[in-house]
Amino acid sequence: MTKINLSFEQQMERLDAIVKQLEKGEAPLNESLALFEEGTALIASCGKMLDEAEQKVVALKKGENGEPAETPFEGGE
Amino acid sequence: MENAVLSVTELNNHIKDLMDSDLLLMGLAVKGEISNYKLYPSGHHYFTLKDAESSIRCVMFKGNASKLRFTPENGMNVTAVGRVTVFPRDGGYQLYCTELLPEGMGDLHIAFEQLKDKLSKEGLFDASHKKPLPKYPKTIAIITSSAGAAVRDMIRILGKRWPLTKVVILPVRVQGAEAPPEIVGAIRYANRFKVGDLIITGRGGGSIEDLWAFNDERVVRAIYESEIPVISAVGHEPDITISDYVADLRAATPSNAAELAVPDMSEMLETLSSLEVRTLQAMHKKLSEKRARLSDISSRRVLQNPTAYIDQKRLELDSVQNTLISRYERLISLKKQKYIHYAASLDALSPLKVLGRGYSITTNENGTAVSSAEAAKVGDRLNVRLKSGALKCTVDEVILNR
Repeated sequence: MTKINLSFEQQMERLDAIVKQLEKGEAPLNESLALFEEGTALIASCGKMLDEAEQKVVALKKGENGEPAETPFEGGE
Repeated sequence: MENAVLSVTELNNHIKDLMDSDLLLMGLAVKGEISNYKLYPSGHHYFTLKDAESSIRCVMFKGNASKLRFTPENGMNVTAVGRVTVFPRDGGYQLYCTELLPEGMGDLHIAFEQLKDKLSKEGLFDASHKKPLPKYPKTIAIITSSAGAAVRDMIRILGKRWPLTKVVILPVRVQGAEAPPEIVGAIRYANRFKVGDLIITGRGGGSIEDLWAFNDERVVRAIYESEIPVISAVGHEPDITISDYVADLRAATPSNAAELAVPDMSEMLETLSSLEVRTLQAMHKKLSEKRARLSDISSRRVLQNPTAYIDQKRLELDSVQNTLISRYERLISLKKQKYIHYAASLDALSPLKVLGRGYSITTNENGTAVSSAEAAKVGDRLNVRLKSGALKCTVDEVILNR
């Protein structure tokens, strides 16, 4: 199984490349099968990332050393 | 009637007193066109205000001039506010101007156009300086007021469209004198600590004064210098600020900024399913091509009848064998003919053949052929062989040839 450890953007780029390569149809069969398998796994992974994503919102404060410190954001009127 | 004799200073001071006690001259506003405009190194501004027939000299001191939000230019129609008095040293009167208001357009508008013009000439709005926005931002830094609808709208729309992106709010004041340095500080801070890969800065709608921070030169320059791409999102659709010109992308409103910043998840899911279809189709095509090729190859005769090859080779072998045999036979018959020929030649040379023609062979008692008379003497016994039979003879006489 393909191991996926890439950002969404990297996965989409790889996916795009795989589909184009498959559509060209030049790769030998065993390579095509490997590409197909990888592509299918990437599609599943991207879909999963989207399905499971939960928005994270924080407010940034300057910490003790001036470095950013995240705090829960409570926007009010 | 006797005229009083005054010194020049006394006269000028008298006129000055008269003018300074006039209520109108103490505080008035004059309309006119600026000409002979000069800014002295002292920081004071000198110019002439004129209309079709008259002109008056004007001065605006550094302190008042520093409050101008635009730079006065020759030809500009203005209303000058101030008082008129005499400068006793040269007896000239002039308008001491405390405020200058552009005619027609508001002073903010003038300031806007002037700053826009200046920064445009410096190249701050050049397309070549615009940075590309990340397609799928990981973290968006929003620099705006933490109160108000704008920030909530942005968070809501970002969450709905693309919840993968983390949203970091850097709260700042967005109006008032503190707003520009706070916005500048937040932009620089975001860059220094790389708190996001995209910045959205802006605010909700308001009056031109409310939005003014985004026309502040410091803010505009901070946006220009930001290494993180910036989307400006100020006010409503028709509101345009100088930040909009310098930003890498201008959004009409904060909500619009959120829409432009991230892709839409539902569209992306559609894209993914279309990619899935394309992947499957491509694979299907590949497999059916291979299958077609396979059936094409397997229909060839050699695979249909695997012994055909052997049969073929067997036939070839037979044919070679036949050739070999016939060649051999021909060779043998040739040799045979040659043998017969040689045998015939040999036969022709045989001495026995000569006897047939009436010659004979004479040998002595030792069996040695006698070919010369000298080899024999009278009384020798010789053997004479004829074609048929032989004679035993005795030599009677030896006749020697000369």
